Amino acid sequence: MASASISLKRRSFGETKRKGAWWVYPLVVFLGLSAFVVYSTWAAFQAEHYRFGPYLSPFYSPELFGSSESFFGPKPAWIPGWLPFSPALLILWAPAGFRLTCYYYRGAYYKAFWADPPACAVGEPRRGYWGERKFPLILQNVHRYFLYLALVFLIFLAHDVWEALWFTNPAMGETSFGIGVGTIVLAANVFFLGGYTLGCHSLRHLVGGGCDQLSKFPVRQKAYNCVGCLNNKHMVWAWCSLFVVGFSDLYVRLCSMGIWSDWRIF
Amino acid sequence: MKTATFKIWRGDSQGGDFVDYTTEISEGMVVLDAVLQIQAEQAGDLACRWNCKAGKCGSCSAEINGMPKLMCMTRLNTLPLEEPVTVEPMKAFPPIKDLITDVSWNYEIKKRIKKFKPRPPDAPDGTWRMMQEDIDRVQEFRKCIECFLCQDVCHVLRDHHLHEKFIGPRFLVYAAALEMHPLDTENRVVELREDYNIGYCNITKCCTTVCPENITITDNAIIPLKERVVDEFYDPIKKFLRLFRSRPSAKK
Repeated sequence: MASASISLKRRSFGETKRKGAWWVYPLVVFLGLSAFVVYSTWAAFQAEHYRFGPYLSPFYSPELFGSSESFFGPKPAWIPGWLPFSPALLILWAPAGFRLTCYYYRGAYYKAFWADPPACAVGEPRRGYWGERKFPLILQNVHRYFLYLALVFLIFLAHDVWEALWFTNPAMGETSFGIGVGTIVLAANVFFLGGYTLGCHSLRHLVGGGCDQLSKFPVRQKAYNCVGCLNNKHMVWAWCSLFVVGFSDLYVRLCSMGIWSDWRIF
Repeated sequence: MKTATFKIWRGDSQGGDFVDYTTEISEGMVVLDAVLQIQAEQAGDLACRWNCKAGKCGSCSAEINGMPKLMCMTRLNTLPLEEPVTVEPMKAFPPIKDLITDVSWNYEIKKRIKKFKPRPPDAPDGTWRMMQEDIDRVQEFRKCIECFLCQDVCHVLRDHHLHEKFIGPRFLVYAAALEMHPLDTENRVVELREDYNIGYCNITKCCTTVCPENITITDNAIIPLKERVVDEFYDPIKKFLRLFRSRPSAKK
């Protein structure tokens, strides 16, 4: 695209006339995302304390291989012994990819981790810029495929909440309906993850955003409006769901380790 | 009477510097009032573009304390007046004199966007029928007053000076208003990727932050356009399904 050339002065890194603490938001994003990445990576490699009673940590759900309660039994023989194994490592790439390619997180971590830009109207450290036109960032366009996987994960996590309603009496071996704090934590996890996933920009496009005459398709129009409603607060859903999913793992882990006691409401 | 100090950039395309002006202020004043008062009382040659003083003409765009804003919509009581208020021209366009920049590049870009191409009229009298819910989406984009604050804050233009490759958020909004219009039959998706280079946008939402009309530029215009580009170029399932359609890239 040719156009009139424009001669402008280049600003140095961090140069700005902005007043106030413009650096707080990128710093909070940096600390928040870093803390989550560090904790979730550590938790994923533990391969223990991810079940407690009827509760299953969302980092390990669905459990494909691993414990006796997994879908396909213990660790398969074809996985080399020298490779670190954890049920979480088999699945976590999917929700991680969904968040990594999410439109909200992209904008947030480009600022916080790559200073591209550090904040609005603040000078950048690098001269060169490719944006999302070339490898590797062109791969962000795969977001909708991670969305499909995230929707499947939501079903598994909802099923985990159902499972968390049924408590087995260790002495009698009987199973009865009940609600513990863990049940509420796992239900809150599904609620917030649902709000985040179902408010995804790609989902909004797929259900109706790509159509210019939605009035001809009332069901798609309704779906578009619902997704759009959640999408309006996508950032809030993103952060709440990130915190709650981390806390859900921590809750199950600490209960399993005997540090916390799960309070049975009824 | 209360006073405030304004550091106003004075200069031209060859360069310039900030000059301090202290002036009296009163309740209800906006930055443009103060600049015009300085122009009237202290600096008759201070160049400043303005027109409506109501946030509707988009003429008085400038950077106030480092953030792109309309001078006429920035009330002094929202600024920390215990220190000087900096007022400077937009950074993404070449300065002409003082607070005035040459924004003509924008008008050249606008000419390059594929024009509105409506379907044949719906009625014999040459008119069309549209449902309000179909037009709601693009009506948001019609609020744009072309102040170019979004272009100014966009780091692709402001810091990387990619004016020759990237059309900027204002014209992505313009393209979205045409592309999503229920009567429009033109397809701009190939141009969005290859000519307008929408891929340069990395969704930092600064354009949305500074928009005086509160247009949700990133979420409602740019991301939907990016998704249409994904449909066309990066989604193998959609590509496969298009093989079975009569018109490969037909608009819906």
